[in-house]
Amino acid sequence: MKRNVTLLVLLAALAAPMANAVEYRTVLPQQSAISFEFRQMGVPVKGGFKRFAAQLAFDPARPEAASAQIEVDLASIDAGSAEADEESAGKLWFNRSAYPKATFVSSQIRTLGSNRYEMRGTLTLKGKSRDISVPVSFTPGKNAALFDGAFTLKRLDFGIGEGMWADIATVANEVQVKFRIAATGK
Amino acid sequence: MNFVMRYSTPAVVLHWLVALLIFVAFPLGVYMHELPLSPDKLKLYSYHKWIGITILTLVAIRLAWRLTHTPPPLPQSVANWQRRASAIVHGLLYLLMVAIPLSGWMMSSAKGFPVVWFGVLPLPDLVGKDKALGDLLTEVHETLNFTLLSLVVLHVGAALQHHFIEHQPFLQRMGWGKKARA
Repeated sequence: MKRNVTLLVLLAALAAPMANAVEYRTVLPQQSAISFEFRQMGVPVKGGFKRFAAQLAFDPARPEAASAQIEVDLASIDAGSAEADEESAGKLWFNRSAYPKATFVSSQIRTLGSNRYEMRGTLTLKGKSRDISVPVSFTPGKNAALFDGAFTLKRLDFGIGEGMWADIATVANEVQVKFRIAATGK
Repeated sequence: MNFVMRYSTPAVVLHWLVALLIFVAFPLGVYMHELPLSPDKLKLYSYHKWIGITILTLVAIRLAWRLTHTPPPLPQSVANWQRRASAIVHGLLYLLMVAIPLSGWMMSSAKGFPVVWFGVLPLPDLVGKDKALGDLLTEVHETLNFTLLSLVVLHVGAALQHHFIEHQPFLQRMGWGKKARA
């Protein structure tokens, strides 16, 4: 019995650093989400995207080697109302027939300490690319680890809402984007 | 006649202020909902909601005033059935002036758009986001408004009838003239 306990302790000691060495690669779409919020006439409007494909490689032991790619299907938008969903497809907004996807590709990940990272990368929307920097927090979990990030984009940087919609007194330029990516190690 | 039996000055001011706002909000509501989505439509919707909440606030003050002040008595010439009808119509008008802005506010909440009064003061959502409820409340809001329209026609018609046909100083009851001592 005593020998068994010793063996268990030994195994646990061996397993602990191995658990840390897990590389998170498998994204769980059901537990992941991309949402956004903007203001129109001072009224907060919440929305999100239901379909997106995320690829991830993150080893907490080597965060600087991590990478992430997200491709968002713009047709899966919830822009707060059916009327707005339909409007968002048009030329003045996403021009979805020409640019059906939004993509983000990471270029650099920097450790900020205590499971917080700064992820830099390129966001491409409506044919326009901009470098952005996103703070991401990493929460290890029993079944999946969570990567939570938030950033503010200026819609006019990407030509989202042109012509009459360029009036930012009605629809604010700033859009707060939030995401949660759940992933497991192999 | 130099002196008339009329409503107290706060009651008169509130009556005409609310009337004016209803006469702006009603056609605005009819017009705006047919518009295709545009920044102007978003603006008009916001203005309509701001006016509606303003009406609700003023009506709350009106009700408090009405319940603590006795209105001037109707002239002797007004028939009993007309007195009853008048009481009913006034009661319904007050009810609708509360129910209509409330139904609009609820509709806005159900459609997922919180009301932010004058773009500054966020009001709490009365119900959660619910498309079916939002559609139902749209119908309710519309029906209540057209009921209000019919009652306003009755209300104005009755006042004009007493004033111009029966030659009673009826319009002065809601006027600014010197007040008679009851």
